[in-house]
Amino acid sequence: MADVSDKRPATSETGREDSKMAGLSKASVGTFLAKQGILVAFVLFIIGFTIANPRFIDPDNVLGVVRSSAILGVMALGVTFVVISGNLDLSVGSMMSFSTIVVLDLHDKIGPALAIPAMFAMTLCLGAFIGFLVGYLRLNSLIVTLGMLSAIHGLTLTYSGGQNMDIADKSGTWFSVFGQGEALGIPVPILMFLALAAALGVILAKTPFGRKVYAVGGNGTAATFSGIRRARVVFACYLISAFCVACAGLIQASRSLGSQNTVGQGMELEVLAAVILGGASLLGGSGTIFKTVIGVLILGFIQNGLLLVGLQFYVQYVVTWIIIILAVWLDIAAKRGRLWSPIA
Amino acid sequence: MTQPALRLEGIVKTFPGVRALDGVSFDVLPGEVHALMGENGAGKSTLMKVLGGIHQPNEGRILVGETPAVMANPLDAKGKGIVFIHQELSLAEELTVAENIYLGELPKKRWGFVDWETLYERTDRILKTLRVGFDARTRVGTLSIANQQMVEIARALTVDAKAVIFDEPTASLTDAEKVVLFDVIADLKSQGVGIIYISHRMEEIFKITDRISVLRDGQYRGTLNTAETNEDEVTQLMIGRTLDLSRNTSHHQLGEVALEARGLSCRGLFEDISFEVRKGEVVGFYGLVGAGRTEIAETLFGLRSPTAGSIHVHGKEVRIHSPAEAISLGISLVPEDRKSQGLVLGMNCRDNMTLPQVGELSSGPFTAEGAEIAIFEKYREKLDIRTPSWKQTVGNLSGGNQQKIVIGKWLSMNPEVLIVDEPTRGIDVGSKSEIHNLIRELASQGYAVIVISSEMPEVLHVSDRIVAMYSGRIMRTFTSEEVTEDNLIQAISGIEPGKSAEREPVSA
Amino acid sequence: MKPGTLSTFLARGAIWGFIVLELIFFSIAGQFFSVSDNAFLDPANMLLLLKQSAPIGIIAMGMTIIMINGNIDLSVGATFALAAVVLLDSMTWPFMAAMGDWAIPLAWTFALLTGAVLGAINGLIVWKTGVDAFIVTLGSMLGFRGLVFMYNGEQPTSHLNWTLVDFAEAQFLGLHTATWFLLGVTAVIWVVMHRTIHGRNAYAIGDNREAAINAGIRVGPHMMRNFVLIGFLAALSAVVFYSESGSVNPNDGQLYELWVITAVVLGGTKLTGGSGSVISTLGGVIAIQLLRKGLGHIGADTETVNLVIGLILIAVLFLDRQLNVKGKEALRT
Repeated sequence: MADVSDKRPATSETGREDSKMAGLSKASVGTFLAKQGILVAFVLFIIGFTIANPRFIDPDNVLGVVRSSAILGVMALGVTFVVISGNLDLSVGSMMSFSTIVVLDLHDKIGPALAIPAMFAMTLCLGAFIGFLVGYLRLNSLIVTLGMLSAIHGLTLTYSGGQNMDIADKSGTWFSVFGQGEALGIPVPILMFLALAAALGVILAKTPFGRKVYAVGGNGTAATFSGIRRARVVFACYLISAFCVACAGLIQASRSLGSQNTVGQGMELEVLAAVILGGASLLGGSGTIFKTVIGVLILGFIQNGLLLVGLQFYVQYVVTWIIIILAVWLDIAAKRGRLWSPIA
Repeated sequence: MTQPALRLEGIVKTFPGVRALDGVSFDVLPGEVHALMGENGAGKSTLMKVLGGIHQPNEGRILVGETPAVMANPLDAKGKGIVFIHQELSLAEELTVAENIYLGELPKKRWGFVDWETLYERTDRILKTLRVGFDARTRVGTLSIANQQMVEIARALTVDAKAVIFDEPTASLTDAEKVVLFDVIADLKSQGVGIIYISHRMEEIFKITDRISVLRDGQYRGTLNTAETNEDEVTQLMIGRTLDLSRNTSHHQLGEVALEARGLSCRGLFEDISFEVRKGEVVGFYGLVGAGRTEIAETLFGLRSPTAGSIHVHGKEVRIHSPAEAISLGISLVPEDRKSQGLVLGMNCRDNMTLPQVGELSSGPFTAEGAEIAIFEKYREKLDIRTPSWKQTVGNLSGGNQQKIVIGKWLSMNPEVLIVDEPTRGIDVGSKSEIHNLIRELASQGYAVIVISSEMPEVLHVSDRIVAMYSGRIMRTFTSEEVTEDNLIQAISGIEPGKSAEREPVSA
Repeated sequence: MKPGTLSTFLARGAIWGFIVLELIFFSIAGQFFSVSDNAFLDPANMLLLLKQSAPIGIIAMGMTIIMINGNIDLSVGATFALAAVVLLDSMTWPFMAAMGDWAIPLAWTFALLTGAVLGAINGLIVWKTGVDAFIVTLGSMLGFRGLVFMYNGEQPTSHLNWTLVDFAEAQFLGLHTATWFLLGVTAVIWVVMHRTIHGRNAYAIGDNREAAINAGIRVGPHMMRNFVLIGFLAALSAVVFYSESGSVNPNDGQLYELWVITAVVLGGTKLTGGSGSVISTLGGVIAIQLLRKGLGHIGADTETVNLVIGLILIAVLFLDRQLNVKGKEALRT
C-alpha cells in the first residue's frame, strides 16, 4: 500500500467544510437543533398537550407518567452505556422477564431478603456472559444479543415451566415496597430511577471509566492504541446493563407481585428507541444519561398525552415512529450539512 | 507534433489551509508511458482525485484529446476515457470476474435478466488479450492480488480508454507477475493509449517509461525524457530543498540502551530484526511502504505477537501483550494513521490528550479535570497547538494540530521510548519543520526516539542512525556520517553493496 | 486455500449437514423418549414441518435479499400483521362480500399491496434520509404495529372463507399449498438474485458499496426495490397463513423479525452484506423448524427450543469468526 499518504485533507472533511461555508446560518441552526432538538421537541410537546388538556401538567399526572416509565427508564440507562460503547443490547427485554420470574419464585422459597441478591447475581451472570462474547471474543453484538434474547426467553420458560409466577401471600410481604411504596410522597420506582440515573450519569460523565466508554465507542482502535483495555470496558458496560435490568425486574416483580413469562417481551426495542430518541448514535461514542432520561420521558409523556386527549395507547406507536425517524434524520442532516441523503 | 491523449493545464486545488496542487501542467501522449513521481505528500494522490472526478480543481483545465473535460464523478471520468487502476482494489469479491469487469454495465436481456452469454463472451475476449490464467466465471474472491489487479485492468479495457492511470501497480506483485503487468502495459501502449504510471521504484520507472514528470510540495517541477536522464537527476528534482532539511549534525552524549530488539520476527511481515536505541538518540527507519517498518513498531507496542526473537527494555527481556503493557514499560507509539489509530475524532482536545492516563491522573473516583486541563495547556504551549480551547472537537482541527495532539498525548506520559510512525504525513510544510525540531529536541532531553518515515529528507534530517529496510529485513544500518542519498536508496531497493542480486523477500 | 474459502464452503454446506444431524439425532432419541408412537421421520410429519416453515420462510427469503444488500428490516412482523388484517377485513366489506368467491383474489391483492406499500415507505425513508435501515425499521416496527391496532382496536379480526380454507389446506403432489408457496418464492428469489441485473447489483452493493457507486450503480433504487420486495413477501406470508386460520390478533407476528433474522444468519448470510444465498436460508428455516418439532417429539419442553436456538446462533457466529480469523495476520486492536 504505497501511497496512502498523500493525504492532504480527506474528501469528506473538505466536503463538509465547503457546505459549512455555503450556509453558515443554516448549519448553525441545524447544529443547535441537533444538539438540543430533543429538548426543544420535549418542551413543545408538553406545551401542546397542556393546551389540549390542562390536566397534563397536574403533578399527580406527571408523577404517574414518570412512575410508569420507570421500568423502561431503568433499562434504558444501562443500554445507554452499551450503545455509547458502540454495541447493541437486544436481550434486555427477555432478561427482565427472567429476573422478574426468578425473584418472584425465590421470594416464596428463600424469602425476599435472599431472593433479591440471588436474582441480581443470576442476572449479572447473564450480563457477564454477553460481555464475554462481545467484549473478549469480539462477536457481533447484534447477533449475540439476538441469540441471547431467544436463549434467555427459553431459560425463563424452562425455569418457570411455562407457568405464571405469583407470590402466595401478596398482602403480607415487604417486598412490595420497590414497586408500590412511597418515600417523601414520591413513589419508590421513581426514586430508584432517579437515583440510578444520577449515579450512572456521574459514572459516565465524571469518572475515568466513563471517559473510556466514550473512547471505545468513538474509535475503538484509537482507544486500544491509547492503552485502554477495550474488552474490559465493553464487558463492564454489559454488566451495568444487566444490573439495570435486574433493578427493572425488581420493580416489575414488586409492583405486580406476580408475572407472566413474557412480561419484558418487546421492551428491548422500546428501550433502544428511547436511547436513540435521546440522541445516542448507534455507531457509538455519543449520548448521555441525561438525554436518555429525556428520551424515556418523551415516550412516556407522548403515551400519556395521547391518552389524555382521548386517543388510544397504540397511537403512540405511530407517533413514536415518526418522532424517532425525524430525530435521527435531523441529527444526521445537521452533521452532513444537507437535509437529503446523497445516495443516488 | 502528436495531439496529447491527456493534457493538464495549470491545475490548482486548495483545501482550507493547504495548497495541495499549485499550477500543475503536463501532457501525456498517445502510446506513451508517462511516470508521475514525487514524494509522499507531493500531491500525486490529489492530482489523481482531480483527474478521477473526486475533487474539482479550483483553477486550470483538463483536456482529453482536444476537448476540455470536466469530470463530475468517477463514472464521468471513465465515460470520458480516463481509467484508473487503483492500488486499493475496488472489486466485489463475491461476484465473478465477468460481473466485476462489467459492474454497473451488465448486458441486459428482456425483463431485466442478465445476458450471460454476451457477458462471458465479451469477458473472455478481453481476458484472452491479457493472457491470464483464469476465466470469466471465476469468483474474484478466490483470485490472487495480482490476478485481481488483472481484473481491474480488464475493466479498463472495456471502455475506449484514452488514458490509463496505474497507481503503484507493483506494490503487491511478485517478479513474475510484474513481467505480465509490463507486457500488458506495453500492449496498451501499442494500441495508442496514454499511460500515467505512478511509482516510487526507480528501476521500474527507468525500465518502462518514456517520460517522467515530477511533483514536489504540490508544484510541478518539470518533465524529463527517461532516456536522457538518470536517477540522480530525478531524485534531485523530487527532493528539492524547500525546507530546511539539512543533515542532522548535532551530536550529544548518548545514554544507556533504552530498547533493544534481538532477532525479532513476525512470520510473513519481517524477519530477524535486531537493533538498539539509546537514550538521547533518534533512530530512523527508512524503507518503502510495506517493508515491515510499521509492523515492527506495532510489535514493540504490543499490538502483534512476534513469532521469534526478543525485546529488551533497559537490558531486561520483556514480553508485551498489549499497548497497556507497552505503556507501562515506558514505550509510546505515535501511530501511522492519525485519524483511525491516533485520535477519537469526536472527542475534545483535552480528553484525547489525556486518554492514556485518565485513570492515573484521578486520585479519587472522579476524573481530575483540572489536572487534565493543566496538562493540555502545558503541551498546547510547548507544541504550539492552535485551537480556541481544550473543548474543541479534535476532528475540527487541521492535520498538523491533530498530529501535535497525538504527540502531546505521549509526551505527557514521559515515555522512555517514543516511536513515531510517519510523523509528518499529510501535514503542511510549516508544521513539518516544527515537528522535526521537536523530535530533535526530545532526543536532546534524553528520550530514545524511533522515527519511521518514507520521506528521505526527513529521515536524514532527524536521525542519528538510519536503519534501511527492504521486504521485511534490515539491509543496513547507517550512521549519519556514512549515509548518502545514493547508498540509502540502494539499500531500500534491496541492493547490497557489492552484490547485484536482490535478497529473497520475506513476504511474496 | 485463501482464508475465508473454507468458511464460505462451510457456511454454504454446513446448514444441510446440521439438518441431517438433527434428523438423525431426533430419530434416534425419539426411539427412547418419544411420547408418541409415530417415527420422527414419518412422511406426514415432515410434510407438516415444511408447511409450518412457510410463514417464517417466505419472509426469510426477503430478508436474505435485504441483508445481502447490506440492510436489515425489523418491521416484517408488523407488516405481516397489517397485511393479515387487511386480507381478512377486506372480505367483509359490503361490495366484496357481494362478490362471493371473486372477493378472494381482490382481498389478496389488497393485502399484498399493503405489504408492498409499507416496504416502499421503509425503502424511501432509508434512501432519502440516509438514516440507517436498522433505526428506520425499528421505528416502523412500532409504527406499523400502531397502524394494526388503529385499524381494528385490540379486537381480533376474523373472517373465515371456506373456499379459502380449502385452498390453503389442499395438497398437490403431497405438498401443502403453503409449502408450494415457500418453494415457489425460494425459486423466484433465487432467479432474481442470480439471474437478473437487479440481483447482481444488489450483491455488488452489499459487497463493495463504493465500487458499486463508482461503477455507476444507483444504490437507492435497488434498496428501494428490495424493501418493496420484503414488504410484499411479508404480506404474502400473511396471505398464506391467514387464508387458513381466518383470524388475526393485533399482536400476531411479534418477534417474527427475530426468527427470520436467526434463520437467515444460520443460513450463512453475512450481516455486513454481499454474501448469502436463498437456498441456505431455506436450510436455516427448516433447521429451526426441525429443532422446534424435534424437541417436542422427544418430549422436551417446547420452551427449550428458544434456549437451544439462541445458543446455536451464538455458536455459529463464534465458529464463523474462528474460521475467518485463522490465517489472517490479526492486529490486536
